[in-house]
Amino acid sequence: MALPLLFFAAFFGYPVAAIVTRGLHQGGGWQFGRIGDVLGDAGIRHVLWFTCWQAAASTALTLLAALPGAYVFARLDFPGRRLLRAIVTVPFVLPTVVAGSAFLALLGRDGFTDSLFGVRLDTSVWAILIAHVFFNYAVVVRTVGGLWAQLDPAQEEAARMLGAGRLAAWRRVTLPALGPSVAAAALMVFLFTFTSFGVIQILGGPTYSTLEVEIYRQTAEIFDLPTAAVLTLLQLAAVVAILAVHAWTVRRRESALRLVDPALTAHRPRGAAERTLLGAVLAVIALLILLPLGVLVVRSFDTPGGYGLAFYRALGSTDGGTFSVAPWETVGNSLRFAAVATVIALTVGGLAAAALVRRAGRLVRGFDALLMLPLGTSAVTIGFGFLIALDKPPLDLRDSWLLVPLAQALVGAPFVMRVMLPVLRAVDERLREAAAVLGASPWRVWREVELPLVSRAVAIAAGFAFAVSLGEFGATVFIARPDDPTLPVAVARLLGRAGALNYGQAMALSTVLMLVCAASLLVLESLRTTGSGEL
Amino acid sequence: MRTTSRRAAGALALAAAAATVLAACGSDSPDKGKDKAGSGGSKTVTLVSHDSFAASKSVLAQFTKETGYTVKVLRGGDAGAAVNQAILTKDHPRGDVFFGVDNTLLSRALDNGLFTPYAAKDLGQVPADVQLDAAGHRVTPIDSGDVCVNYDRAYFTAHHLAPPQTFADLVKPAYKNLLVTENVSTSSPGLAFLLGSAATYGDGGWQGYWKQLKSNGVEVVDSWEQAYNDRFSGSSAGKQAKGDRPLVVSYASSPPAEVIGVTPEPAQSPVGVSTGTCFRQIEFAGLLHGAKNTAGGRALIDFMLSKAFQQDMPLQMYVDPVREDAVEPPVFVKYGTKIDHPTTLAPAKIAAKRDDWVGAWNSIVLK
Repeated sequence: MALPLLFFAAFFGYPVAAIVTRGLHQGGGWQFGRIGDVLGDAGIRHVLWFTCWQAAASTALTLLAALPGAYVFARLDFPGRRLLRAIVTVPFVLPTVVAGSAFLALLGRDGFTDSLFGVRLDTSVWAILIAHVFFNYAVVVRTVGGLWAQLDPAQEEAARMLGAGRLAAWRRVTLPALGPSVAAAALMVFLFTFTSFGVIQILGGPTYSTLEVEIYRQTAEIFDLPTAAVLTLLQLAAVVAILAVHAWTVRRRESALRLVDPALTAHRPRGAAERTLLGAVLAVIALLILLPLGVLVVRSFDTPGGYGLAFYRALGSTDGGTFSVAPWETVGNSLRFAAVATVIALTVGGLAAAALVRRAGRLVRGFDALLMLPLGTSAVTIGFGFLIALDKPPLDLRDSWLLVPLAQALVGAPFVMRVMLPVLRAVDERLREAAAVLGASPWRVWREVELPLVSRAVAIAAGFAFAVSLGEFGATVFIARPDDPTLPVAVARLLGRAGALNYGQAMALSTVLMLVCAASLLVLESLRTTGSGEL
Repeated sequence: MRTTSRRAAGALALAAAAATVLAACGSDSPDKGKDKAGSGGSKTVTLVSHDSFAASKSVLAQFTKETGYTVKVLRGGDAGAAVNQAILTKDHPRGDVFFGVDNTLLSRALDNGLFTPYAAKDLGQVPADVQLDAAGHRVTPIDSGDVCVNYDRAYFTAHHLAPPQTFADLVKPAYKNLLVTENVSTSSPGLAFLLGSAATYGDGGWQGYWKQLKSNGVEVVDSWEQAYNDRFSGSSAGKQAKGDRPLVVSYASSPPAEVIGVTPEPAQSPVGVSTGTCFRQIEFAGLLHGAKNTAGGRALIDFMLSKAFQQDMPLQMYVDPVREDAVEPPVFVKYGTKIDHPTTLAPAKIAAKRDDWVGAWNSIVLK
C-alpha cells in the first residue's frame, strides 16, 4: 500500500499540483478569480458539455460493439483466435494521426463506404464516435473477456438444469458475475474518450473541441497557464465525479466466484446461433479494425516506383535526414521503455489491487479511485508538471531516461489495477483461509493459491500496460530528453515533413509498430501458459 | 508472408525477452548515464530544441572534432511547446543553448529573459534584415523558411487554369473551393498565413479578406499534417489519401521535399509555390540564461552559423540557411523556389496583436 501511494504522490500528485500552482499563484497571490472567469465563459461550458456527451455516447457504442466480441474471444474456440485478439489491440497503440488518416480513407469522401453505399462519415460527430469504438474495442474485449473466460460455465448450466431459460440463466448467473468487469471497462473507455485529443482534432475538425484539446491549446500554444490550471482542475473534478458514481454503482457487487482454467471454458462454436454470432463479430472486426489497418500496410508498400520495400529499407538508414539515429532503432527504444514501464505498472497496480482486496476500509477505497486519476488528466499537464516538479534532488529526474517509462506507467498502472481487482476479489476467501489454517505463510498462500488463479489476469494486465506504454505519445512527446525517440514519436516526426519518402517511412514504421504490438502481446500471453504453475 | 511474419515474431519475442532482462537489471543504468555526464560535464554541451530539430551525425561529429564538445540534444513537442517549456524552467535551465524560437514567438522568449547576450563569430555573413535582435545579441538567426500556398501542378495543367500567385488571386471565383489551410490556434503555418494576410492588408483589412476567403470556400483543418498529407491533392501522401484540394498552405521547401527519394528524378516537382503568398519565418538560437556550460554553448552557436552546419540544414530540416555564402544542396537548387519579397511582421507587433487576431479569426472563419 505504501509503495503505490508513494509512487502516485511523487509522480502524479506532486507534478500536477506544481503546474496548477504555477498557473494560479502568480504575482504573489492566488488568482481564484480566474476560476469564475473561465467557468462563466459560454464557450468553455459548451466544450464541457460536448466532452461529456461524446464520451458517454462513445462508451455506450463501444460496449454495444465489443461485448459480443468479449464473449466470442472468451468462450469460443476458433482458428486464429489468439492472433486476432492481439490484432484488435493494435489500434490502441497506433498514433491517432496515422489511424485517423486510414480511417478517413475508408469512411470519408470517395472511401469504401462512400463508393459502396454513399455513406460519408468525415467531419461529423459519427466519425468521432466510430473512431472511439475502433480505438477502444480491445479495452472491453480484454477486460471483460479476461474474467468471462474464467467463469465456470457449470454454474450457468446448473441454473438451466433447475429450469431457467437460456437468457434467464445468463441474466441471473453470468451477468452479475461479469458486472464489475463490464463497469471497469466502461469506466476506462469513458475516461479515455473523455480526454480524447487526436481523434477529435483529426476527425472532428476545428469546430469540435474537448477539455483536453483546450488544455493543450492553453498550455502549449497560447501559454495562458492560469486558464490551463482552471481547466485542469475542472477536468479533475469531472473525473472525480465520474469515479464517485462508478464506485457507488459497483460497491459490493463483486462476489467470490468460481474461477477455472480458461482452456476448459472455451469450446468450438455449436449450433446456428453461436456460428452466426461468431460470423457477426468477425465481420465487425474486419470492417472496423482490419480494413483500416490494412490501408496503412498497403500504403507502406506503395512507393512512387510501384509496390516495393523501399520505405522499409529507408528505415535502416541514418542519411534519410530526419534523425541522428536510424528510424529502425526506435523499435529498441520503445521496447525498452515499454518493458520498464510494464514492470513499474505491474508492481504499483498489482500492489494497489492486492491492498484494496485485503483491507476494504473507506480510506483504501478512496485510493482505488485515486489511482485512476492519471487517466483523466491531460498529457501536457503531466508532461509539463514533470519538468518543473522533478528537477531537484532527491527527485532530479529531468534528464533521466526513467522519466518516460514513469510517465507511461502512470497510465498503465490503473489498467493493471482495474483488470486485477475483479479477479482478485473473485478469489474465494475460504481458499485463502483454508491454506492459512493448514499452516501456510501469507507469502506461500499468495504464491500457491492466488497466483495460479490470477496469473491470467496478470498476463492480461501486463499486455495492457505494455500496449499503453508502446502507444503512449502525449506525455512522452512533452518530456524533452536525450534523443531516444519512441516509435510513435518517430512516426509523428516523419509525418511532420513533406515528401513521399518521409510519409512512406511513417507508414512503414507504423506497420512495424503494429507488428511489435501484436507480437509482444502474443509472447506475453504464451509466457503465461508455459510458466503459470511454477512462477 | 506467413513464414516472414512468423520469423519476425520469433525475433521480436527474443527482443522482448532481452528487453525484459534489461529492465530487470536496468536499475543501475541511470547512474551509469550520470557518471558519463559527471566525469565529462564540461565536455558536453546540451541543446534544447523542438521536435523538428535535426542534424547529420557527421556534422555533429565534426563539431566534436573541432571543439572537443559533444552535443546532447533534448527535444520536446512542437516549437510553441518547446519555447513554453524553456520559459517554465528558466530558473533552472535544462541545457546551454535553445534553438527553435521563431519570429512569431520571439517576443515571448525575450520578454521572459530567457537568453544571455552573445555575438556569434560569423554574424557578418548574415544579412541585417534577419538579425531581429541586432542591438541586444540575445538571439542569433540560424535559418529561415517561407510559409506559402502550394499548388498541385497536375490539377492546374489538366484544368487549363493558371495557378494563383498572390493573396488577391485566392479570393477569385476561379479558385473557389480549392484551398485548404490550418487552424491558426493549433498550427504554426496556419498562424503564419494569417500573419501574411495581416501584413498584406493591414490591421483593418485582413478581416475583410478572410470573409472573402471564407465565402470562396476555404477549408480549415487542425494541423499541417492533415492539410498536406490528407487533403492536398498534389502531395504523394495526399494522392494516396484521395485529397481533393489542389491548394494548401505549406512551405516553399515542400516542392524539393516531394522529389527526395523519388527515382527516376522527375523533371519538375509535382508541387509548385504561389510566390506572392509567402510569410517569412526566421528561427533563432540563444545562450540560455544560467547555462552551466557557457563556453560550450558559445562554441555551439558559432558552429550553428558555420558553413558546415548551415549547408546541412536544408536536407535535415527543410529550411534555408541564413548565411549568404552557404551553398544549397543540388535538389534545392533544381526544384526549389527563391522567394524574393515575402511578407513579414515585427515580433513586437505579433506579440501585441496575436491573441486578438486569433480570436477575431476564430469568429470569422470557424463560426
